[in-house]
Amino acid sequence: MGRLLEVKDLKTYFKTDDGIVKAVDGVSFYIDEQEIVGVVGESGCGKTVTQLSVMQLINRPGRIVGGEIIFEGKNLLEYEQHGPEMRSIRGGKIAMIFQEPMTSLNPVLTLNQQISESLMLHLKMSKEEARKRAIELLGLVGIPSPEERIDDYPHQFSGGMRQRVMIAMGMACNPKILIADEPTTALDVTTQAQLLELMKSMVEQFKSSLVIVTHNLGVVARYAQRIYIMYAGKVVEEGKCKDIFKNPRHPYTVGLLNSVPRLDVEGERLIPIEGLPPNLTQMPPTCAFLPRCPYATEQCRTQPMPELRPVEGEGHKIRCYVDIAEVDNVTVKK
Amino acid sequence: MSQSKNNNEYLLEVKDLKMYFPVTRGLLRRKVADVKAVDGVSFSLKKGETLGLVGESGCGKTTVGRTINRLYKPTAGEIIFQGEDIAQLPEKELKPVRREMAMIFQDPYSSLDPRQSAGNIVGEPLIVHNITKNKDDYYERVERLFQMVGLDPALMNRYPHEFSGGQRQRIGIARALACNPSLIICDEPVSALDVSIQAQIINLLMDLKSEGDKLLTYIFIAHDLSVVKHISDRVAVMYLGRVVEITTPGELYNNPLHPYTQALLSAVPVPDPEIEEKRERIILEGEVPSPLFPPSGCTFHPRCPMATPECSKTTPELRDCGNGHMVACLRV
Repeated sequence: MGRLLEVKDLKTYFKTDDGIVKAVDGVSFYIDEQEIVGVVGESGCGKTVTQLSVMQLINRPGRIVGGEIIFEGKNLLEYEQHGPEMRSIRGGKIAMIFQEPMTSLNPVLTLNQQISESLMLHLKMSKEEARKRAIELLGLVGIPSPEERIDDYPHQFSGGMRQRVMIAMGMACNPKILIADEPTTALDVTTQAQLLELMKSMVEQFKSSLVIVTHNLGVVARYAQRIYIMYAGKVVEEGKCKDIFKNPRHPYTVGLLNSVPRLDVEGERLIPIEGLPPNLTQMPPTCAFLPRCPYATEQCRTQPMPELRPVEGEGHKIRCYVDIAEVDNVTVKK
Repeated sequence: MSQSKNNNEYLLEVKDLKMYFPVTRGLLRRKVADVKAVDGVSFSLKKGETLGLVGESGCGKTTVGRTINRLYKPTAGEIIFQGEDIAQLPEKELKPVRREMAMIFQDPYSSLDPRQSAGNIVGEPLIVHNITKNKDDYYERVERLFQMVGLDPALMNRYPHEFSGGQRQRIGIARALACNPSLIICDEPVSALDVSIQAQIINLLMDLKSEGDKLLTYIFIAHDLSVVKHISDRVAVMYLGRVVEITTPGELYNNPLHPYTQALLSAVPVPDPEIEEKRERIILEGEVPSPLFPPSGCTFHPRCPMATPECSKTTPELRDCGNGHMVACLRV
């Protein structure tokens, strides 16, 4: 399978009164054709800003200050944000679904107007063709009697239904990549399960790749083939889904896995990650996780931020000096 | 679980609780329908027990919590708290009841007054209920409350916006503890927090249970089954204003009887790819119906994979299937 998108050393900074916020600070990742990739992290870790940077949807005071985004052999960052090339990619070849289906649909336009818009723009369809296709798409995402509902407004739909509409809009132009930013966070678990299954079957049907951005480790465990774990603007661990869950090597990943209560494990005491995520304006020169890390060594306190280094397992890398496999007192709940 | 001496004494008994919200139309605000947010919920709570209430949005779990705290006046039913039915008590007589019952809210951003300092927020219940004798006593108590929830008392003069989400939730918990209540209703206390902070708050709530002067009893309302399973001694699953199943967390997970519980459990993802690969998922069709027009008979029947024609006619009652495992389903 070919490489579809490669992001190299992406840096997106926000200039604020309190100083420069390095929301994304040297993130590299790739997506292969027909692959499902998970990006996991807590709020403020830069997972959303990374994806917005790919789409060049970063507005002032934010700015992409470095890196490359290679898509189909071209560096997207060479294109103007509002230029014709970027416009044809955004929504056409790379589409995005946002977290809140309540606020990301336009309340004063009907579904037909919203879905047809991208079809007419990117695929040069006529109004009638676009309407027909929009009805088809609504049917595909499981909206009952789409012919009647196509002229309804977003407020006439429930949260889960709105997210289905968003998926229909995202898939409208048969994009190469669908980026789903916390697609199910605002929804109930049974709806979440419905939508994730739907997204999976849609990208399989359209032969697209899917990026799931989430804070829920459970969501990616089922669907993703590869995972990136982010912390404070950097990728701290990456690798195959199975390797990461079976053999987590970064202390933050271990901490995350230990701090979620699990349905299939009897109620032991949770092991939280102590402390708080760092303030992005005052980042230490050392490893950003150091103040919360239970396995920190002298090397961590004196050396600069470690680089990603490969560990056992195909493509498995961690940004850490300590090898957790060699520390004795590590508990990874199984 | 350490039980107090009064082992069999119930702290709270809820009997056939109903809370309808009227829907009004027109200039004269005529009542045209009722939203049956809570429609006949019964359960009882022993001292020191934690009851988890789970369900999806709109199932009435929050309304149950608020009605017990008498933030709403229930349409019908009894709320027997410490031996007294408080369901229809007038507002004036509720003050001593509310001293014994506290609430922790979901959103730590909107549930704290932005213009009050953290110390004032935590200390306000002490003043309202005339608990402290003098200024020194007041400060001493607030300080102790801060320490109990793991906050530095030096932060007393700061305002809510200066705290992180997890710290704000700690302030909310300190406020709930201020009057030394016997029952705390926690309404989605961790769902607005980051994963790594969630665990800190869950552990804190579990530690506080036995730390204070008296054994705390919790009603823990959440939509996240894994969290509820972790913290509760018993779990009640709600669907459209009714309790469909009550049992212990272990029994609920290993032997769920109600088809809705089974679907809910299977929908919760487990962070382990190998288990996920083998797990069968029950994907429910459709969505939760509107509580304005609940389906006839068993309200779950339109989405139920096991439904028979009988299910659309008869409303199932909660009944014991052995060892206190209660289920409301005709097919079980």
